[in-house]
Amino acid sequence: MLNAVFQLVTPRQFEVTFHQLELDEEHVLIRPTFLSICQADQRYYQGKRSEEVLKKKLPMALIHEGIGKVIYDPTGNYKVGEKVIMIPNEPFKKDEVVAENYLRSSKFRGSTMDGFMQEYVQTRPDRLVRIPAELNNDHTAAFTEMVSVCYHAISRFDRTAHRRRETIGVWGDGNMGYFTSLLLKTRFPDSRVIIFGRTGEKMADFSFLDDAVFTNAVPEDLYVDHAFECVGGSGAGPVINQIIDHINPEGTISILGVSEEPVPVNTRMVLEEGLRIIGTSRSGRADFEGLMELYHEKPETVGYLEKMISAVVKINGVSDMNNAFDMDIHKFTGKTIMEWN
Amino acid sequence: MSKVYGVILAGGIGTRMGNVEKPKQFLDLGGKPVIIHTIEKFVIHPGFDAVLVLVPQAWVSYTRDIVRRQIPLKDKITVLPGGNTRNETIMNSIRYIEEQGDLDDHTIIVTHDSVRPFVTHRILDENIKYAGMYGACDTVVPATDTIVRSDDHDQITEIPDRKIMYQGQTPQSFRAKRLKELYDGLTESEKNILTDACKIMVLKGEHVHLVRGEVYNIKITYPYDLTVAQALLGMKTEEMQKC
Repeated sequence: MLNAVFQLVTPRQFEVTFHQLELDEEHVLIRPTFLSICQADQRYYQGKRSEEVLKKKLPMALIHEGIGKVIYDPTGNYKVGEKVIMIPNEPFKKDEVVAENYLRSSKFRGSTMDGFMQEYVQTRPDRLVRIPAELNNDHTAAFTEMVSVCYHAISRFDRTAHRRRETIGVWGDGNMGYFTSLLLKTRFPDSRVIIFGRTGEKMADFSFLDDAVFTNAVPEDLYVDHAFECVGGSGAGPVINQIIDHINPEGTISILGVSEEPVPVNTRMVLEEGLRIIGTSRSGRADFEGLMELYHEKPETVGYLEKMISAVVKINGVSDMNNAFDMDIHKFTGKTIMEWN
Repeated sequence: MSKVYGVILAGGIGTRMGNVEKPKQFLDLGGKPVIIHTIEKFVIHPGFDAVLVLVPQAWVSYTRDIVRRQIPLKDKITVLPGGNTRNETIMNSIRYIEEQGDLDDHTIIVTHDSVRPFVTHRILDENIKYAGMYGACDTVVPATDTIVRSDDHDQITEIPDRKIMYQGQTPQSFRAKRLKELYDGLTESEKNILTDACKIMVLKGEHVHLVRGEVYNIKITYPYDLTVAQALLGMKTEEMQKC
């Protein structure tokens, strides 16, 4: 079958092309319904990746956050019309030690294979997750992948960090910082969770947290047991070094922010204080399932996610795709959702 | 519950394609006959209860064979002989629906050229929706070229305002029973003139809603179109030459 794929061919230019899909017995066909734009998509769209990377990866369909409806399932796992979350990580091997999202053999939608900006997405049934009743807002469900990345980071932190978790700091008042803070407070309600950011208006949204601190006015005697870095870009270096200055010995620093350039880190203090630095990236099926379980147990979490929808743009053609991405660049905070027609 | 039928029209013999051995709907596009790509788009769309494929009598068995071999949801597909004209082919499909006992006031047929394999899910969605809502709809794209009318084929009679001109594509969709009633009411000479089913509806004062098509929902009529179709599939020049 001929499938329309909307690829970014050069920065800011989408074009339609057609790929053949073979209707086999192993793959499910999904009609995307709501897609969510991520900073990683924006780096391609705005041409912020290196020329070498752009040359290697484009043309490529963007977007790795989204939901859709089952159109055809010869595997018998899903009913036609059922709403599902699509998992963008596509593992091809199993490993007893390394998680699916860290295997070099895995592919990832919108990075090493076409993303969800397609007429139909063909995928294996284990790359789909049913949307639970608690997650009853399609716009919120669309950015589940990003929340699952935060869930994954917290799970890794939970396995790695020492048991004293009286105070946990989250650096970064953007979307990643918001979701990480929310899940941290949900999973560790007895911990004091503090947001460290630059914009008062954004930090005011973190109403579920215990404290908010401006990064340019951190009290000298304020220390956290563990920290999450959710800034990335050129801000990652200063923030990681600020964390090192304000973390207790043997604390764990979890890094979530993506930087294009190498970041200089004060390793002398990392050594002196015996700090652990763990990197986390993407997520796998277990994280999506764990997150759905968390929504079931703490349904109030979903309400906090809904308020992060910045805009919903109907997509009827290529010009609407440009509008959605341009609108997303100029947003104050939150997520831009594309209603995929 | 009234049914929705996809009706794929392949009644023509494709004489416009030049020195080809097969009708144009059976030509290869990326390793499969064009008609198979088109049928696949319909057969996996959950909005259709059944898909009827109407081909010239001489190609019925061949079409059944390639459908059986190449399409997984073949139980949803019925291959039937077409008629002498496009409208007669559509009437054959409605007669079949009637024989199945499925023809009622709300039965919908979404009729589509077999040689338009780039039809999209959205276009099919909107055809089903608006045929149900208004009784008939036609898929169009805004005209890009200026349209020139010439009554004597020698000089310009009129140049209509391009802003209100559209180019017709397919699908064209209808409440099947109403279309049949109107068609049966035409005289033989009217039937000869009214070769487009939507035109019958318009001339009889019925509302025909517009559905936005896509410029790439092309009709593979000439050898040039096949080259464009191959290019849309991202085929390289050397791959095209092998076809």
